[in-house]
Amino acid sequence: MVAPRAPLHLMAPVWNRGTRGIRGLSKAVAPEGSQRKERSLLQFLADHFYDVQALREYLLRKQVLKVHQKNRPFTHIKEHFGPHAAGAYFILKQGGAVRFQGKEWIRPNARGRFSLDFLTFPAVPVEAVDASGSAINYHGLDSLLTLKELQSLWLRHCPHVDDWCLSRLHPLANSLQELSLAGCPRISERGLACLHHLQNLRRLDISDLPAVSNPGLTQILVEEMLPNCEVLGTDWTQGLGLGPEEQSQDTASPVPA
Amino acid sequence: MLRRSLQLALGRDVLGRGLGTHRGGSTLDWNGKMSEIKKKIQSFLPGGAWTQLHDTSYLPPEHSDVVIVGGGVMGLSVAYWLKRLEKPRGAIRVLVVERDHTYSQASTVLSVGGIRQQFSVPENIQLSLFSFDFLRNINEYLAVVDDPPLDIQFNPSGYLLLASEKGAAVLESNVRVQRQEGAKVCLMSPEQLRNKFPWINPEGVALASYGMEHEGWFDPWSLLQGLRRKAQSMGVLFCQGEVTRFVSSSSHVETPSGEEVTLKRVHEVHVKIDHSLEYQPVECAIVINAAGAWSGQIAELAGVGKGPPGTLQGTKLPVEPRKRYVYLWNCPQGPGLETPFVIDASGAYFRREGLGNNYLGGCSPTEEEEPDPENLEVDHEFFQDKVWPPLAQRVPAFESLKVRSAWAGYYDYNTFDQNGVVGPHPLVVNMYFATGFSGHGLQQAPAVGRAVAEMVLHGNFQTINLRPFLFNRFHLGEKVQEHNII
Repeated sequence: MVAPRAPLHLMAPVWNRGTRGIRGLSKAVAPEGSQRKERSLLQFLADHFYDVQALREYLLRKQVLKVHQKNRPFTHIKEHFGPHAAGAYFILKQGGAVRFQGKEWIRPNARGRFSLDFLTFPAVPVEAVDASGSAINYHGLDSLLTLKELQSLWLRHCPHVDDWCLSRLHPLANSLQELSLAGCPRISERGLACLHHLQNLRRLDISDLPAVSNPGLTQILVEEMLPNCEVLGTDWTQGLGLGPEEQSQDTASPVPA
Repeated sequence: MLRRSLQLALGRDVLGRGLGTHRGGSTLDWNGKMSEIKKKIQSFLPGGAWTQLHDTSYLPPEHSDVVIVGGGVMGLSVAYWLKRLEKPRGAIRVLVVERDHTYSQASTVLSVGGIRQQFSVPENIQLSLFSFDFLRNINEYLAVVDDPPLDIQFNPSGYLLLASEKGAAVLESNVRVQRQEGAKVCLMSPEQLRNKFPWINPEGVALASYGMEHEGWFDPWSLLQGLRRKAQSMGVLFCQGEVTRFVSSSSHVETPSGEEVTLKRVHEVHVKIDHSLEYQPVECAIVINAAGAWSGQIAELAGVGKGPPGTLQGTKLPVEPRKRYVYLWNCPQGPGLETPFVIDASGAYFRREGLGNNYLGGCSPTEEEEPDPENLEVDHEFFQDKVWPPLAQRVPAFESLKVRSAWAGYYDYNTFDQNGVVGPHPLVVNMYFATGFSGHGLQQAPAVGRAVAEMVLHGNFQTINLRPFLFNRFHLGEKVQEHNII
């Protein structure tokens, strides 16, 4: 089914032109000047045919559903073996690594297989979780939040961990001592503000967060917020823009009161 | 034949000679007249400068199934959900009429942008919970192919409500209701408050409720733009104009008890274009009143409230504009990054804005001190007298601050019970309301949009039951009083 082409002069103009007219509005969202030039065949077809547009929307939705499917909780294991085993199974399924109290790290091998020995000791709590690079998202955190004695959580380079996920971490406040969020593309300073619940935190890694607008200032504010915690981030002098010779001049002359 | 008529038009006769030269001279100035006629004929033939049909792209269409009066977040949300829930695709033609495309007076963009679950009415809590889910998954709901993802700049920092001795019992019962509905709220004593937030002075506070999840604040302008972009991509028509008249028809029906009732049906909406006398009558089947602070005027145009007072015909829509001030100040020693949206027992509130120790805040005036909603001028004395003292008492660091800017916006204030009006009018049968939210419309807009769309398409509320919010309650006197209004 072909969308109507540009109208002739004598017809009343069709003034709902689908996606074309919103380009001006989307400037408020993000600039996208360079995207206009490289338009693939699929984009071109989607502009002119409703069916192709519907197909692309369907493919987009399927991608999102895939992530949701990966994050489904394993209620069967939770009922039979307890929350620690369910959480460990969830993390191992995602491709992460788990360490139980007093045991070694359990990791899946290159083909994604892992040993199910941990199901034999359901009462032993999980102490450390390394979910770096996994597709864990807001719903996937359900499985993690039941691990009441979790001490160390690494969420490095997780593409779906965002500010909302950070607001869910407060149930782990009693036990969590180490948290690493390095490299997560969706975390901004607004999500870092929720970390103040984690008063037992001793090590926090917030380096390399591309969505944080002012890394130096954010680090200072997070350090003020969590006084007992060692915050690893970018060097806070990075944003000051002083060269080496200006710095030495500054310390030489007294600061006017 | 065409060539002959062309030749005649160009002033030559069939044999190719000029017409005026047939008799070798004319006393009637035939030449001059002929040149005028030549010019006129030339102009309407193809290629000429005159167009018979003017460009009417600024006018709304002549027919539309649903006309939504008001293009703020509520109207756009209803438009989005109508298009999303319609079956089959493209079945319903929706037109959104917005008077001011710069949104200079719209409540949406002037809002402080908070979303909370700490209400006392269970339906309000459910509305906010769904809206929070909507905002969290906004890039799934409002994704437009090939356009960049939306960033509404959400701060999930939560709300902190402080209550004095008088309000402590109410706060506790509210928290119980909220927990039942699934909100994550915790109660704190003054000592716990001081431990958690050292910058607070808990003197006079008996109890505090702190919402830890599903609460925060965001940028309403990006939500508005996202909704508009998605609605436009789904085929919603937009028009800039003002609704000046409804053309309706009445029919008299007899109820089983023998009373005669007059039912009205709106057939046409007259949309007047700005700075012009031109208007376009839009034939429509359903009208949705989402005009915010001006909903009362729109309802009056439709004939709501024209009757003897005390009857259903005489019940007006009790929504009127109320002016509220918001002040932005800077306080270098102020509360840090963890600051939630604090609402003091006195009614004054504030929240952080950005990384630079800027704070937004204000206070709702009492009934006697209501400012005149004629314009959006800011009263700076109000800050000095009514906002600063309670905040400085609560947060001692605010004793030294510097006001950077201020603005005013309207609440679409429901004078009856400060809760929204959702659903059809009992007598004007095809007018639906989505207004009157008195300061918490933005945070409930996605859920209310879905509820109104369900009402229009299916005839009843399917996901969240908003029957307590129907128009009937104004006539029956059943108040759904919301206690936690800022």
